[in-house]
Order: sequence, then structure tokens, then C-alpha cells
Amino acid sequence: MAQLPERPSSWGGLSAILDTRAKQATVICVLLLVMAVVPFVTNDYITVIVTHALLYVVLALGLNIVVGYAGLLDLGFAAFFAVGAYTVGITTQYFGLNFWLALPLAVFFASIAGVIIGTPTLRLRSDYLAIVTLGFGEIVRLTARNLRETGGASGIRGIESPWIFGYHVQSNIDFYFVFLILAIIGVIVSVRLANSRLGRAWLYVRHDEDAAEAMGIDRVKVKLAAYVVGAIYGAIGGAFFAANLGAISPESFSFRQSVEILMVVILGGIGKIPGVILGAFIVILTPELLREVGDLRYFIFAIGLLLIMLFRPSGIWPAARGKK
Amino acid sequence: MTVFDIFTNQLLNGIVLGSFYALVALGYTMVFGVVKLLNFAHGELYMVGGFAGFLVLSFLSPFIGAGWFGVAISMVLAMIAVGFLGVVIERVAYAPMLSAPRLSILITALAVSLVLQNGMLALTKGQYVPFGSALGFGGINLGKLFISYNQMILVGVAALLMLSLEMFVSRTQYGRAMRAVAVDKDMSRLMGINVNAIIAVTFFVGSALAAAAGTMAGAFYGSLWYFMGFLIGLKAFTAAVIGGIGSIPGAMLGGLILGLLESFATQLDLRGMGIPFKVGSEWKDVFSFSVLILILVLKPTGLLGKPEQERM
Repeated sequence: MAQLPERPSSWGGLSAILDTRAKQATVICVLLLVMAVVPFVTNDYITVIVTHALLYVVLALGLNIVVGYAGLLDLGFAAFFAVGAYTVGITTQYFGLNFWLALPLAVFFASIAGVIIGTPTLRLRSDYLAIVTLGFGEIVRLTARNLRETGGASGIRGIESPWIFGYHVQSNIDFYFVFLILAIIGVIVSVRLANSRLGRAWLYVRHDEDAAEAMGIDRVKVKLAAYVVGAIYGAIGGAFFAANLGAISPESFSFRQSVEILMVVILGGIGKIPGVILGAFIVILTPELLREVGDLRYFIFAIGLLLIMLFRPSGIWPAARGKK
Repeated sequence: MTVFDIFTNQLLNGIVLGSFYALVALGYTMVFGVVKLLNFAHGELYMVGGFAGFLVLSFLSPFIGAGWFGVAISMVLAMIAVGFLGVVIERVAYAPMLSAPRLSILITALAVSLVLQNGMLALTKGQYVPFGSALGFGGINLGKLFISYNQMILVGVAALLMLSLEMFVSRTQYGRAMRAVAVDKDMSRLMGINVNAIIAVTFFVGSALAAAAGTMAGAFYGSLWYFMGFLIGLKAFTAAVIGGIGSIPGAMLGGLILGLLESFATQLDLRGMGIPFKVGSEWKDVFSFSVLILILVLKPTGLLGKPEQERM
């Protein structure tokens, strides 16, 4: 018989140190305060890098729902990121749409992409699913590179950044706060989802698919929901990414991107939100610190990933309640 | 060129391409058959095999030349080296994980593939490396179809390797043990089969075949790249799935079918008939991946595979 899964604890090992709500609240407030002053006490370079890390927090939170909550390995997550970015790029450039009208469209198209890849493939064995998502990711990238509408290999340039209540969001600091807010919303939604009916359904499906189905959970529907929610995170990240950089090209959405996002999720501990945040900062900041070693940094990363899987399969963050 | 000329030309190209796919697909299918593991790193073993062959050839070419003889010697040595690398990978990374959840072992396999790929990226600085073979340009003409000796040798060697594999699996003691382990690991152990040794042999043979393909590809196309294993890994997996994963004849058949499909697809142009559909070379990968997804959805057991229950 399968063991009863532990209660959904999206906070993972953090709960051991931060056992009371008061302590948790204090830490979160301090962190937020630090994050709020970062762009003012540091330079532009650091602001841009931390912004990038925050983008990865958003993307990885989305992938975490697919991989961590629902237990489905997705090796083509950059596809959803691409759908979001290209929707914004195309609709604002060619149809003159406002960013805020393009954003819901991006979410809409990414959801459709999630359904398209999800519906036919979710009945597959888990390793087939992994490779199909990989193929899907490549299809999206190659399509973006081959179509005239997506600007071919050079992509789309000159994407307008958005206005908020008459304020033009354009400086690095502006975008820093945009991504900070997105990351905070992303965390809140993730936590709420984990504790929802759907979140519990994901947990059951992940632990024992057949038992979950016997309990009346429609596993295909539940997995599909994970795909769609993940895709929406990816699309929102992609939409703001396009608005921030102003230019997108197919190579921003390659297999390496998918792997980096997956690494964020795995490094900190699959399924745990503080782990995802920590992972995003490690994955983005380490290459910056290792700039001198050049190409070697990806190798160091890969070795790190392998060692983690072999010796600490539940992530860097110590899991207090997790079982082996 | 007439339609017939185009047809025979693409047939030839498809067979050459299919030989590469088939050799790499065999490793996927053997490993999958025996340990039920999707070895993501398999495409990288093809890449490492290419570089190993290059390394051997650059040491030995002053003595044995860089023609087909030199390449053949390099290929054999590369096969042995990469075969052992495959065994080491299995021992270090996969063996401790075989009882872990599926997700963990898949990510471990992905990590191994990234280690090999990025290790080579660091070694080669991301540059293309010329293979350094000197194969000559001779060939024979059959009507308007030109078949180079290189193509003939390549397909011949691939066929020879596959034939020997088939003999190995169906006629030898190891082969019989391998088939037994694929059916039931625990029962095989009770029957006195050294299961770990058989798994090692499987990884050795599968990796060696990938290395053979890698060396031949390097010699045939003339250059190597750290990322060359990614695409062929994906394609070979497609081939293995088309044939039915776990089935050795299936992998050969699947490789050939995918090679032919791809070659003909690049010529597919329905615009003359009023249908705005053209595959062309820039869409051929999209075409292959679509074939993969379609087959997995419509007939996941492939052409020659047996239905199978998911391990829980």
C-alpha cells in the first residue's frame, strides 16, 4: 500500500526553522524590504541581473507547478515563454496593440499551447512525456525561426514598453519593480494553489496516480490544469521579458533556456517555493560570478546538478519534514 | 532532373541518414529494453564517440593514414573507449537511481547529458573541430545517380555492425542472458544470471554503437561540434519509438524509415497542386518531431514493440 503522503507543505524545510507564523512574517518582511532598496543602493549592473533572477523566479514558479506539484517532467518549458514573448512582440508591432491588451492574448495563446501539448500526450509514460515536451519546445523555436511573421532568425525588434496610468515603464529600475511584483504575485498564487483542492489533487496524482484515480480524481484533467497554469506563468514572464528587452529572437528560447529553468526548480528542491527563489538566484548569479571561467561555467553547473541528484535528490534546501 | 532522379537521389540520402539514426537508436532501445531507462545521455555518447575517434585518428594518422583504414581503426578504438564510458556512467549515475522515482532518474540522465555536452563545450570552446579524415571522392555512376564509395562503405559498415549485434543477441550466451533480463530481472537473477554484468554489457554495446556512428559521421561530414549529439539523440529516439522501443529489429527499421521520411520530406512541395504546403530543409526537423509526437500519441508501442505497463 502506498503511504499516506505528507501534508502539502510548499514551504518545505523552511518550516523547521520558521516554525511560527510570526517568524515567517518577519523574515518575509525583511526580505521584501531588502529587495525594495536593492536598486537604490547598488548600481545598474546589479539591478539588471537581479531583475533577470526575478524573471527566472516567475518562470521557475510556473515550471514548478508542472514538475514539482504535478510531477510531470517538462523539457520544453521555454516554448510557453516564447509564446508569451512572441504574442506581445507580434501584436504590438504588427497590429499596434497596447501592451495591456497583448498580455491577456499572450496568456490565452499560452493556455492553448498548454492544452495542445497536454491533451494528446498526458496519457503517455513519464519518460515519453519528457521527450515529447523537448520535441515540442524545439518545434516552437524552429517555427519562430522559419516564419516570416516572427522575424526569422533575427526576431522582432523595437517592442514598446508598457505604460501604467500615464507612467512609461522603461528604466531598469522600473522593470526591476515590475518583475519584483510579478514574482510576489507568483509566489502568492503558487502557495494558494498548493493548498487548494487542485493542489491536493496534484499531490495525489504525483504520489500515486492509480490510487488518485480510484478516489475520483480525473488525472488527465488535473495534469492538464498543471500544464495550463504553468504555461500562463511562462507566458506572463515572456510578455514582460519582451517588453523589457524590446527585442526577442528564437535563440532566447532554446533548449538551454528550458534546462536552466528546470535547474532552478531542481536546485532548490523540487516543489518548494523558497527553494525555487533560492535556485533562481543561484542559477542567474553564479554565471555572473564565474564570468572569467567562460564556457566552463555550464560544465560546473551540470556537475553540480548531477551531484545534487545523486546525493541530495530533494534539493539544497534541507528538507525537515521530507521523507526519503 | 526528372522525378525519378530526385527519387533515387533522396532514397540514397535517406539510407545514409537512416544508417546513422539506426545505429544510435539501437543503444536507446537496448538500454530501454534491459533497464527500462530512457538514457537521455545517449546522443552525447555519439558526440563523445566522434571526438574520441578524432583524437585517435590525429594520433595514429601519421602511421596508418587518414583514409578509411585509419578511420576504421579509430572507430574501433573509439567504440571501446566510449563503451567503457557508458559502463562508467551506468555504474556512477544510473545504478544508484534505478529504484528511485521516475522523475529523479530522468533528471539524473539529463544531468549526465549536460555534463558530457558542456564538458565538450569547455574543451572545444564551442568551436567546430575539423575531423581531419581524407576519404577521397570516388564513386560510381548508375545512370544519373552518383553513389560515392564513402556512402557505400558507411552503409556497409553500419549494416555489418547491426548484423553482428543481431548475431550477438540471438546466438550468444550473453545475448540470451540480455533477453532474459529484459523480460524479468528478478527471475533472471534467480536463474543464476549476473544481472549487473548483463546491464554493463548492454550499456557497453549500446554506447559503442553510438560511438561508431559518431566517428563515421565525423569522417563523413568532416567536422565535429559539442552540440551534435542533441539533435541526433532526439531523432534516434524518434526512430526507436517508430520501430517500437525495446525492439532491436524495430530500431533498425525505425532508423531507416525516419531517414527516408526526412529525405523525402525535404522534397515535399504541394504548392504546384495548389496546396500551400512545403517542408524544405528548414522545416525537416519540425517534420521529424511532429512524426515523433504523432507516433507516440497514435501508436506508442511502435511498429514492432510490445504493449507494456508503466512501472509504478
